[in-house]
Amino acid sequence: MQTLLRTPLHERHAAGGARLVPFAGWEMPVQYEGVIPEHKAVRSDCGIFDVSHMGELHVEGPKVKELLQGLLSNDLDRLADGDAQYTLLTNERGGIVDDLIVYRLDPGHFLIVCNASNREPVYAWLKEREIRGSDVRDASDDYALLAVQGPRAIERLGLPEAKPFTHAMGAVGGVEAMIARTGYTGEEGCELMCPAEDAVELWDAVVEAGAVPCGLGARDTLRLEVCYPLHGNDISPDTDAISAGLGWTCALEKDFTGVEELRRIKEAGPERKLVAFTMDEKAVPRNGMAIEDGGEVTSGTHSPMLDRGIGMGYVPAASAAPGTELTIDVRGKGRRATVVPKPIYQSHQEE
Amino acid sequence: MLVAAEESYPGELKYHPEHDWARIEGDEATLGVTWFAQDALGELVHFEAPEPGATVAKDSTYGEVESVKAVSDVVAPLSGEILEVNQKVVDAPETVNEDPYGEGWLLRIRLSDPSEVEALLDPDAYEQLLQDA
Repeated sequence: MQTLLRTPLHERHAAGGARLVPFAGWEMPVQYEGVIPEHKAVRSDCGIFDVSHMGELHVEGPKVKELLQGLLSNDLDRLADGDAQYTLLTNERGGIVDDLIVYRLDPGHFLIVCNASNREPVYAWLKEREIRGSDVRDASDDYALLAVQGPRAIERLGLPEAKPFTHAMGAVGGVEAMIARTGYTGEEGCELMCPAEDAVELWDAVVEAGAVPCGLGARDTLRLEVCYPLHGNDISPDTDAISAGLGWTCALEKDFTGVEELRRIKEAGPERKLVAFTMDEKAVPRNGMAIEDGGEVTSGTHSPMLDRGIGMGYVPAASAAPGTELTIDVRGKGRRATVVPKPIYQSHQEE
Repeated sequence: MLVAAEESYPGELKYHPEHDWARIEGDEATLGVTWFAQDALGELVHFEAPEPGATVAKDSTYGEVESVKAVSDVVAPLSGEILEVNQKVVDAPETVNEDPYGEGWLLRIRLSDPSEVEALLDPDAYEQLLQDA
């Protein structure tokens, strides 16, 4: 029996009536009131998620950019202080060790936020490749991370407007935090990183401001509607960025781990592509279900906004065009689906 | 907006340990899932229903109920021929969350062996089972 880790907000979740489940070694709230009302709260107003299980790594030193440029797929030269970037940590085969957000604090100091389940592999990967003049430090236990998401999130927190993928220090409810204009829902909003000991005060302030407490269940349905990949499902060390439709995160003109393989795949064209689809019959696709003619569902759920089954999965490149009809094996029954453009659901922000 | 039902286990119903209930009316029965089952799943989004005229067998799966996060088999508490599938639940599965013992029924069947009823649990025994679980 493994002991589950708890975030600094565990007592808030328990007291708030959340249903707690094991997730990536953590005991996390899967839902409070229910996945669907939480999902709709984020799409229409504002929700708050405890994502303190995610990993935070500090990478510092005069050679930090040199180190990270060689390991991460996106181009760090595009970042100024106060910018953030979605990027991939790649292996020699062009596979995805993890997808990350990297924040430039100053020219010699980057912060990396990685998936909870990949905290140790990402840390080990970076640590093993340290060069003189760079230092990698796992600071995950020092911080709490709260995602405040929705069209009214910024207004409810009384924050100034700011561009997506930027960050600044600021105060929310009197608590000093790094306020990043990032998220995993397709809505406007921010992610707040504060010292672990301030987490409860910050959580309470955001809830007081009107944010609806949400669990990881709604986080998953929200991200899938807007086709953000989930590492471990849609992307993995065995899948590459080009096939996953993440070529835009890869600066193929620079040198980084696996770049030659990625160039080759881009040149030749991927054999399989990660597509989005909606169900044409009443059925909910799930991770691992077979797609007829050689494909597999990597994420599936019921879309609360579209009120139908939706998903993503790898299919042969010839079947990847929007409008292509798919048949998905839903526990022994072939169910019809159609490939659709990404995102499956268009959030307010992107309209 | 879903208004979930309050927890209850009505006295006039019989219960199966797999969290199903049966309302016996002569040689017919109405079947559904218990409050506990719908609460554990969360808001239902799909009922994979069998066809009227098919038969169900006690302790065997006859369909699936599915929420955003999970899918669960529905087990027949009794054997018989399906007379009617609740189309309202097929069209609006959340009806089960709102009214698991009323509007949220799943099937009506004609019993093939009414003596099977004796093996089912009364509400006290079912609630005891929930507490022991």
